[in-house]
Amino acid sequence: MTLDGQVPSGSIGDKWDRHKFEMKLVNPANKRKFTVIVVGTGLAGASAAASLGELGYQVLNFCIQDSPRRAHSIAAQGGINAAKNYQNDGDSIYRLFYDTVKGGDYRSREANVYRLAQLSVNIIDQCVAQGVPFAREYGGLLDNRSFGGAQVSRTFYARGQTGQQLLLGAYQSLMRQVHQRTVRLFTRREMLDLVLVDGKTRGIVCRNLMTGAIERHAADAVILATGGYGTLYYLSTNAVNSNVTASWRAHKRGALFANPCFTQIHPTCIPVTGEHQSKLTLMSESLRNDGRVWVPKKQGDKRPPEQIPEDERDYYLERKYPSFGNLVPRDVASRNAKQVCDDGRGVGDSGLAVYLDFRDAIQRLGVGTIEEKYGNLFHMYKKITDEDAYRVPMRIYPAIHYTMGGLWVDYNLMSNVPGLHVLGEANFSDHGANRLGASALMQGLADGYFVIPYTIGHYLAGAMLPKVTMDHDAFKESSDRVQRHINRLLSVKGARGVREIHRELGRIMWDHVGMSRSEQSLRRALSEIPKLRDEFWHNVSVPGSPDNLNQSLEYAGRVADYLEFAELLTLDALERRESCGGHFREESQTPDGEALRDDANYTYVAAWEFTGVGSAPIVHKEPLNFEEVHPTQRSYK
Amino acid sequence: MRLHLKIWRQAGPDAAGRLVDYVADRISPDMSFLEMLDVVNEALIRNGEDAIAFDSDCREGICGMCSLVVNGVPHGPDRGTTVCQLHMRRFKDGDTITVEPWRAKAFPVMKDLVVDRSAFDRIIAAGGYISVNVGGAPDGNAIPVPKEIADVAMDSAACIGCGACVAACKNASAHLFMSAKISQLALLPQGRAERYRRVLSMIDQADAEGFGSCSNEGECEAVCPKEIPISNIARMTREYVKALWAAGR
Ligand SMILES: Cc1cc2nc3c(=O)[nH]c(=O)nc-3n(C[C@H](O)[C@H](O)[C@H](O)COP(=O)(O)OP(=O)(O)OC[C@H]3O[C@@H](n4cnc5c(N)ncnc54)[C@H](O)[C@@H]3O)c2cc1C
Ligand code: FES
Repeated sequence: MTLDGQVPSGSIGDKWDRHKFEMKLVNPANKRKFTVIVVGTGLAGASAAASLGELGYQVLNFCIQDSPRRAHSIAAQGGINAAKNYQNDGDSIYRLFYDTVKGGDYRSREANVYRLAQLSVNIIDQCVAQGVPFAREYGGLLDNRSFGGAQVSRTFYARGQTGQQLLLGAYQSLMRQVHQRTVRLFTRREMLDLVLVDGKTRGIVCRNLMTGAIERHAADAVILATGGYGTLYYLSTNAVNSNVTASWRAHKRGALFANPCFTQIHPTCIPVTGEHQSKLTLMSESLRNDGRVWVPKKQGDKRPPEQIPEDERDYYLERKYPSFGNLVPRDVASRNAKQVCDDGRGVGDSGLAVYLDFRDAIQRLGVGTIEEKYGNLFHMYKKITDEDAYRVPMRIYPAIHYTMGGLWVDYNLMSNVPGLHVLGEANFSDHGANRLGASALMQGLADGYFVIPYTIGHYLAGAMLPKVTMDHDAFKESSDRVQRHINRLLSVKGARGVREIHRELGRIMWDHVGMSRSEQSLRRALSEIPKLRDEFWHNVSVPGSPDNLNQSLEYAGRVADYLEFAELLTLDALERRESCGGHFREESQTPDGEALRDDANYTYVAAWEFTGVGSAPIVHKEPLNFEEVHPTQRSYK
Repeated sequence: MRLHLKIWRQAGPDAAGRLVDYVADRISPDMSFLEMLDVVNEALIRNGEDAIAFDSDCREGICGMCSLVVNGVPHGPDRGTTVCQLHMRRFKDGDTITVEPWRAKAFPVMKDLVVDRSAFDRIIAAGGYISVNVGGAPDGNAIPVPKEIADVAMDSAACIGCGACVAACKNASAHLFMSAKISQLALLPQGRAERYRRVLSMIDQADAEGFGSCSNEGECEAVCPKEIPISNIARMTREYVKALWAAGR
C-alpha cells in the first residue's frame, strides 16, 4: 500500500486556497441527496455536523452521552490558539505554523499544520459571532494569555471554561440544524462497527445504549470525531467514557492507525491519592503563566513548603530553561518533574509531586487578580485536595492527557478507506509527537467548521455511490459480528470486574509505556498485555442483560478493545527507537538527559495495518518532508 | 468509613422502583461520591449482580452528566458542587445516605438513577442560539463588548445543563436553565437581533415539555452547582414581557 498524503502542490501559503478552488463541488440542490454520518459531538463532531447541515446535507449525528453538549471537549479549560496578533507582539500565521511544527518535534505534516494556522483566525471570528463569551479587556476587545511552547500571547479564553464555551457554541449551531431537520440526532448510541460496501464506507452499526437494540445506519460517507484514547492508561484527565472503540473497530475494517505511541502527558495534574481513584484532574497549563514550579534542593526534605527558605528551593525549570522558564512545552515539563521525583526530591506523602507556587504572583499582582484569572481552578483544587492554594503551593504531577496518534488521514482528512473521514483528536494529523497547549480546540474546530465542508463535497462529487439499503449483506454481517461480540462478553461469567482489569492494564501501560520507555520495559509490556487479555476473556464478570441499559457491558466492550489496542501502541513505541515529543526512549538522549531525535531514520509517520488479534500488524511509512521549517534539535534553553 | 446506603433501583422506564439497602465498606474520605458508588458496584459485579446504573463522564464538574439526589438534595450537601465533585470527607462513619434520581415529569427515569434529559436539548433547539452559518463572520474585534457585560454573560453561560434546578423545584420548572441561556445571548450585542423570537420559542417549548412555572422559591439557585443567580430569571421575565409586547401577543 502506498500512502499518499494528497498534499497539494504550490507554495505553503497557497496550497489550501488553490486546493479549495480545484476541489469538486456538489451543487446546492444535490446536497440533500447525500447522507453523511458524523460520529461524535465534541468540538470536531458538532462543528462538522452543524456546518454540513447548514450546507444542506442530510446529517446523522451520534454520541454516547445523553446530550451532544456533554462530549469530552466540554472539559477543556485553558484556551484556544489563533494567530490574530491582536497583541502586536509579533505573531503571524507563519509563526503559529512554525511553533506547532517545532512543538510537534518535526513529526507532523507541514501542509496540514500551515492550513490549521491559517484557519485559526476564522475560528475566533466564528465563535464570537455565535456568542461565545471570550474574556475581554476593559476596552471591550478580546483578551489573550500565553501558553507553553510559544513566546507570544495568542491564546483566547473564557475563564477556565474555554472548551465548555466553544462546545456550547458548536452545540447551539448543531441544535439549530436539528430544529431545521438537516441533522438527526442519535444520543446514547455507541458505534460498534463500520460498514463497507464494495470497498467504500457506507454506514455504521451501533448499539442503542438505552434499549440494547443493534441499529444499522446507511450513508454516503462517515466522519469519525470520536476523540482520543487516553483512558487506555485507566487514570487520565479524560472523561471516563472516552474510548478507542470507534477508531479501533474502523481499524479492524482496514483503516490504518498512525503513530499510536505519541501520547501526551500533561505536567500539571492533581497527584494520585489512592487505588480508588477513577480519574485525574487537570490544573490548566495557563497556571504556569503565574505559578512557579519548584522542589526542595535536598533529597527527602519533608518540611512544609513555607519553612523551606528561598535558597533551598530549586526552581528547576527556570534554572534549566532560562528563555522559556515555567512555560516550556508539556513533554519537557513532565519529564523534568519525573526526573526530580526519581531523584528523591518529590513532595507530598507519596513523593510523587512538585510544587506550583503562586506566592510571588500574589505578592506582585494581588490576590484579586489571581482570583480573577484562576479562581475556578483554585476552587476545584480546594474541593479535591481540601487545600487552599492561595496560602500553600499546589502539588502537581504529570498524567496522561491527550493522544496525538490516531487514524491515518490525508490532507482531505480522509483515511485510506474511501469515504471514512476522521477529525479532531481521533486523527493523527497536526500535532506530530507533541501537541502544544490550546491547539486541540483549534484543530477540532478547524477540521469541523472549515476543512471537512469542502473536502467531503470533493469526495461525494467524485465517488460512484450506488444506493445502499440497510438490508444489504454487509450490514447484516456487521450486525451479526457486533451481536456475537456482545454475547461473548456476557458469556464469560468470570470472577473479576472490568474496572479491576482496566486498572491493571493502566498500570502496565503507565509503568512500561509511560513517560519514559526502554527496549526492556516495552518488551515486558508486550509480554504482559496478551496475558491480561487472556485473563479478561476467561475471567471477566459482565452481569446484566444485553437488551437494556447495561453500563457494565458498555465498559467491558471498551476495555476489550483497549486490551487489543495496547499491544499496537506498545509495538509502535518499540519500533520507534528515537525520542521525540511525548515519546521518550531512554536509549536515545543527549548527555544532559534531553530527548534525542533520530531524523535520519525516523522522519516518517508509522501507519499500522491490522492483520488479526495477536498477529503482527504491518507498518506503512509516510515519509515527512520539511520544506519550510528545518528540523533542529528542539531547545527551550 | 462504613456507610449505609438506600439506593433507588428501577429496572426500566415502565417498571416500579424502590429503595434498596446496601453497605459501603472501607470508604476513604478522599474518595468522590461516585468513586464510592464504583466500589459498591465492583462488589455487586463480583457477585454477578446487576450494577447500579448512574450517569457520569467528566467527573470534574463540567459536563453536567452526573445527576444524583443525595439525602433529598440534588448534587448533595455542598453548595456549588456537582455530585462527582462531592467528597466522602463530607460524611461520617456510620451515616445513612439516600440516593435517588432527578424527579420531574419532563425527566423520566430510564433505569435506577439514570434519567432522560433530552427535553433540555429540545428547548435549546427551539431557539437557544444565534443564527449564524459558518463563514462570513466579521472580525472578532469588530464589535467591542464592554468587559462588565462580557463577564455577566459568562456568569450565565457557565450553566452545565445538569437539570438540578428542575429536580429541586417543587414545580419542576426549567426557568433557571432557560434564563441562563437567554440572558447570555440577550446581553451580548451578537444575540440582540433574535432576542424576542428566542425567548418566546424557548418558553413555549418548555411548556410543551411539561416543565412547570416559576413561583420564586429560589431552590434552583441554592442547588445550582455553578451558582447561576436567580436574577437571570428576572431578566428573562423582562425579555418575555417585551417580546410579547413586540409580537402583539
Ligand atoms: C481536562 C482537559 C483539558 C483540556 N484543555 C484544553 C485546552 O485548554 N485547550 C486545548 O486546545 N485542548 C484542551 N484539551 C484537549 C481537548 O479538549 C480535546 O483534544 C478535544 O476537545 C477533543 O475534541 P474531539 O471533538 O476530537 O473529541 P471529544 O470531545 O472527545 O468528543 C468525542 C465524541 O465522540 C463520541 N464518541 C466516542 N466514541 C463513540 C462511539 N464509539 N460511538 C458514538 N460516539 C462516540 C462521544 O460521545 C463524543 O461526543 C483538554 C483536554 C482535557 C482532558
Ligand atoms: S460527571 Fe461531569 S459534571 Fe459530574
